[in-house]
Amino acid sequence: MNIAVCAKRVPLSGGRWVLTPDGTEIDTSGAAMGFTVSPHEECAAEAAVQLVEQFGGSSTVISLGTSEAEEQVRGLLAVGVDRGVIVETDGREWDPQATAAALADQVRIGTPDGAYDLVILGTEAADTAGYQVGIRMAHALGWPVLTNVKGLSITDGVARCERAVGSHREVYEVTLPAVITVKDGINIPRYPSVPGRIKARKKPVDVVPGERPEPLLEKVRLELAAEDQRSAEILGTGVEAVPALVEIFKNIGVI
Amino acid sequence: MLLVLLDHDRGVLDPTSLQALTAALALDADVDVLLVGAAGHHVVPELAAYGAGTVHVAVADSLTDYAPVAAARAVLDLVDRLSPTAVLATGTPRGNEVLAHVAAFLDLPMAADCVSVTPGVGGHDVVRNRWGGNLLETARVHADLLLATFAPHAVRAEQADGTTTVVEFAVPLSEADTAVRVLDRVGEGAVGVGLAEARVIVSGGRGVGGPEGFGVLEDLAELLDGAIGCSRVVTSNGWRPHNEQVGQTGTKVAPDLYIACGISGATQHIAGCRTSKTIIAINTDKDAPIMGYAHYAVIGDLHTILPALVAATRAAKE
Ligand SMILES: Cc1cc2nc3c(=O)[nH]c(=O)nc-3n(C[C@H](O)[C@H](O)[C@H](O)COP(=O)(O)OP(=O)(O)OC[C@H]3O[C@@H](n4cnc5c(N)ncnc54)[C@H](O)[C@@H]3O)c2cc1C
Ligand SMILES: Nc1ncnc2c1ncn2[C@@H]1O[C@H](COP(=O)(O)O)[C@@H](O)[C@H]1O
Repeated sequence: MNIAVCAKRVPLSGGRWVLTPDGTEIDTSGAAMGFTVSPHEECAAEAAVQLVEQFGGSSTVISLGTSEAEEQVRGLLAVGVDRGVIVETDGREWDPQATAAALADQVRIGTPDGAYDLVILGTEAADTAGYQVGIRMAHALGWPVLTNVKGLSITDGVARCERAVGSHREVYEVTLPAVITVKDGINIPRYPSVPGRIKARKKPVDVVPGERPEPLLEKVRLELAAEDQRSAEILGTGVEAVPALVEIFKNIGVI
Repeated sequence: MLLVLLDHDRGVLDPTSLQALTAALALDADVDVLLVGAAGHHVVPELAAYGAGTVHVAVADSLTDYAPVAAARAVLDLVDRLSPTAVLATGTPRGNEVLAHVAAFLDLPMAADCVSVTPGVGGHDVVRNRWGGNLLETARVHADLLLATFAPHAVRAEQADGTTTVVEFAVPLSEADTAVRVLDRVGEGAVGVGLAEARVIVSGGRGVGGPEGFGVLEDLAELLDGAIGCSRVVTSNGWRPHNEQVGQTGTKVAPDLYIACGISGATQHIAGCRTSKTIIAINTDKDAPIMGYAHYAVIGDLHTILPALVAATRAAKE
């Protein structure tokens, strides 16, 4: 089974977000700033690695972003994905329609091991949360798709998928080849081992150029959510603060 | 005219559907509602109390339960016949999913999770959530037909007068349209339902140190009639189940009291608990980011503070 995982490099700050002076980007120049992929996509990669362990074949991570996305691609190779493809951009954002089209093109090309049977994505990207790239890819490929998946097992080319609705889980079946978008909690992604990291350095990562169309969903500006500019009232240090806590419990009526 | 797709599960309305209806009626007096599946008839009286005008109920023999592509076909059918200026949906998993199918069929842009929507001529303005609501994006949608979903809880549902008319219509479906559909329902949900409804949440992070460390949090939660929450570090270490995770990729909660024990306060965690009425942080680090979100804080080791707090709370209750 050949599986593609789509994952996006996104900034991660230790504390609050800071925006660039023109208010159109997150300022990623700060010292506390790192980069990561969404937990949903870590889970997508873990699911792909587990399925290849079960059925054989190979897994490929496809990422549309700047050449720096290699850091996140190698990170996923370190947990067992076999190879990577970066669709390289100039750093400007692509809208979900353009992103899906470019990712679907890579899926159509296939892998050295043959055509893809399954594409796994996150349900929504960490930063832009468009809730659509997987569905658009499926339409472009003519494949069935299911989103929000929190349980996945495959038998005889049919994916049995579960998703959570209120107090129960719904069961669906999706026939491969298919696109599935998953949610954090579908599995517990493994941490990269030292040998895993060493192997990842030698795994192939192809870089192909991306051609950005004008966005139809066009970002105009960003702003920080208005609330929570608090500074906590410090009740004390250690157990001496316990009576004050109990007082608060009484005041807000929880005891 | 605006078309609003509302979310119901076997005739039980998702509460955010009423919010979406209120939000749509604030934009335009002329709003048609779409419910997919014959079970949709059950929710019409509820919608009538919230000002729904024409309610279209899409039916088909093969439409026995939720099927995302079939629902998208029902939307396309109405778009063809009614030519709305916008199709809006509630931003539930189903609402986002069906509208994304519609967007893919029509090859049009779609804006999900909007806190405000301003339909225009030849283009539309929206404000939408990024990073779980920590950032807001103002965006322009370049299309004649606007496709957008409303962020849950961005507006409060309000009752309204009006005359409600129900129009049932048969939606033509191929076999492929219902190939992906709900086949069965099993066991426990993975959404923290207990968590989403709890008035008090005692939440633990990496500082709790391991699964055993949660014992004292459970004691406190029991005394306060609350539930246990946790950070992603806790679930990714397997200390607690994922349905207890609070945050951007976990459950969003809004209890009266949220006690964050050994949680640093990463924005992705805060995205899930920012609207709690009172937040208390217990943390060894007085400079942890959580101090910028909490109302009250105690600086120190949770392993000594929590046992003392449990004893004092028990005593206070007696
Ligand atoms: C897209 C995305 C989505 C995410 N979604 C979520 C999500 O849904 N939920 C979530 O929680 N995270 C989420 N994360 C992860 C998030 O960024 C943080 O990594 C995580 O919240 C940190 O968990 P923590 O606070 O338990 O651990 P840490 O950040 O390591 O903090 C531990 C804290 O415990 C304190 N501490 C240590 N020992 C003690 C002690 N003995 N007594 C008292 N205090 C002590 C420390 O001072 C520190 O402040 C997401 C990340 C990304 C990129
Ligand atoms: N630039 C990108 N590169 C790779 N995968 C992406 C990219 N953007 C989105 N995706 C994938 O599509 C999913 C949904 O994205 P979205 O529809 O934009 O919220 C993400 O969780 C990723 O798996």
